[in-house]
Amino acid sequence: MNMSKIVRSAANLLFPFILVFGFYIVLHGHLTPGGGFQGGAVIATGFVLMFVAYSYDFITGRIGAESLHTTETIGLVLFIVTALVAIVFGVTFFTNWMLDVGPVLNNPVAFGPNPGDLNTAGFIPVMNLAVGIEVLGALSVIVLYMLSGTKEEI
Amino acid sequence: MMQELLLQNLPALLLAVPMLGAFVTPLIGRASGGARNLWAVAVMLATLAVAVLLTAQVLSSGTVVYTFGAAAPDLTVPADSGGIPIRIIFAVDAMGAFMALAASLVGLGVMLYSLASATRSTGQNGYYALLLLLVVGILGMVCTGDMFNFFVFLEINSLAGAALVASRVDKGVAVEAGLKYAVLSTLGGLLVLFAIALLYGQYGALNIAVIASRMLFTPLDQIALVMLLVALAMKAGAVPMHFWTPDAYSMAPSSITALLVVASQASLYGVFRVVFTLYGLTLDYATIGWIIIILGVLSMFVGVTMAIPQKDVKRLMAYHAVSQTGYMLLGVGVGLAVLGNQQLLDTYGVIAMEGGIFHIINHAMYKGLLFLTAGAIFYRTGTRNLNQLGGLGHSMKWTMVFFIIGALAIAGIPPFNGFASKLMIYESVFLFNPLLAIIAMVVSILTLASFVKVFHSIFMGPRLPEYADVREVPAPMIIGMALLSLLVILFGVFPQEVVDLLITPAAGALIDQGGYIASVLGGA
Repeated sequence: MNMSKIVRSAANLLFPFILVFGFYIVLHGHLTPGGGFQGGAVIATGFVLMFVAYSYDFITGRIGAESLHTTETIGLVLFIVTALVAIVFGVTFFTNWMLDVGPVLNNPVAFGPNPGDLNTAGFIPVMNLAVGIEVLGALSVIVLYMLSGTKEEI
Repeated sequence: MMQELLLQNLPALLLAVPMLGAFVTPLIGRASGGARNLWAVAVMLATLAVAVLLTAQVLSSGTVVYTFGAAAPDLTVPADSGGIPIRIIFAVDAMGAFMALAASLVGLGVMLYSLASATRSTGQNGYYALLLLLVVGILGMVCTGDMFNFFVFLEINSLAGAALVASRVDKGVAVEAGLKYAVLSTLGGLLVLFAIALLYGQYGALNIAVIASRMLFTPLDQIALVMLLVALAMKAGAVPMHFWTPDAYSMAPSSITALLVVASQASLYGVFRVVFTLYGLTLDYATIGWIIIILGVLSMFVGVTMAIPQKDVKRLMAYHAVSQTGYMLLGVGVGLAVLGNQQLLDTYGVIAMEGGIFHIINHAMYKGLLFLTAGAIFYRTGTRNLNQLGGLGHSMKWTMVFFIIGALAIAGIPPFNGFASKLMIYESVFLFNPLLAIIAMVVSILTLASFVKVFHSIFMGPRLPEYADVREVPAPMIIGMALLSLLVILFGVFPQEVVDLLITPAAGALIDQGGYIASVLGGA
């Protein structure tokens, strides 16, 4: 059952902002409080808002549980592969190998108060992104499954 | 170059391979179920190969230390850290390698068996992924050299286990068993976490070697010890914290139960690691040794007496699992009780510990085998009730043979592996305290009596009309059971070789606390 038009319009309006804020928290994980899990949870609340505002059938017609599962899996695989690549570079598992190769994410961190530089910290932002993707998929799918147990009011 | 990288990173690969396998499994499963099954078996085979290589490395060159996130695996103490190993460190000694080998062997048998036994279930993508994650949890617990890391893997173990217990939905009963397992595991996990916090607060470190080298055995340490022992003994299913085992073991799919047995033994490993390595000689080892012995004797006796009246074959086997855990606690407890006395240790202490440790791998093999045969019977007949079963010996000959092997092994009849380890326990415990050895033998006789009853009511008698069309189980299930049976017989026929190769170094590694600390801290 869809909720009232006011709720749906408000949800539509808020949804992109929630996504942007969530991804902001994920991507600034190595600079500001928050990180992959927190940002992923914020993004998932955006999905939950849509689940609540629209009916179960309407939602599952657009976002299947399968695609959320795949999102979750992609996040996990990205995480473990990033950690594994370190072995190829001759250092141990989970070593921050991006600090040794190329200019990507490799600026030295400025000393003292500074506005923050996203292009630092090696593979930590990548790990944050992987966790964020994983959490948004997993939390959304949990709520989706919970929603599937509710009965429609007649 | 490639080979060198591989050999250098074995402890990490031991976890990374099944973890990557678990995460990729759902993706492959979306494309094709057959490819996913093949992938899961291949991952498990690769894990076993890594475990074998790692064990060989540990046995040839001593404890393998692996520092995560460092430039080289043996850089345990960074130059600018003031002598504290701040990174997560894996310290795989002979005991850990032995447990890892046992876990991956059973894991392979379970994986092969699942190929056939899980075909009727939905949600197989999650099933295989969680199965591999459970293996990750077990392997992590037995390899890690870091208390907090141990807690993390304990939680992975618990969560994957709880989800798998509930994976076969059976009118909500399985969900209840899964919930019970999850709640109790979380309670245990919390106790472990509090204990770790107490240790961290005092010594400012999480590394087992560092805590061990600074251990003062203050009252706070004693509280931490009690919490660790209670939580881990509960996860290991020792009486009086055994009440979750019958529910969880009987409701989980049989393949999972076989692996849960190994998961609970990883907790048993935790008990041994805590008392021998973390606390070591600072303990009042006679008292703690006796506490572990009493836990063991209680588990043996209560487990077997509870098992005898059971009508559900898997509940019965679950109580026997509790009972067999008692033997391991008894053997290792006797070793602990005489830890400070080198003469007694040489006379019988080490033999008792070897018996207890040998029993761990033997138990994993034959109890896994027995649960798999119970699963095979359930697969074909749809019931676990002994009163309804009968006459299956006519139609399920292979299953019957495997059941006989498992039952004789658990009862300690030669030439199966249960006999080898139980004999070591009887002989050495008799020298320590004859009464304990007599109780152990009586429990073995009761075990045999109980399994004779089970064998008779499942396989003997005339062919029953309701099971007229029962056939033998599919080939993958037979292969899984055959793999474990083969190991049961091999370990029973050549016990001395196994003891010399694996068990003696494992017992030596447990006793040698100084060696463990030195291998991590570099002889400090």
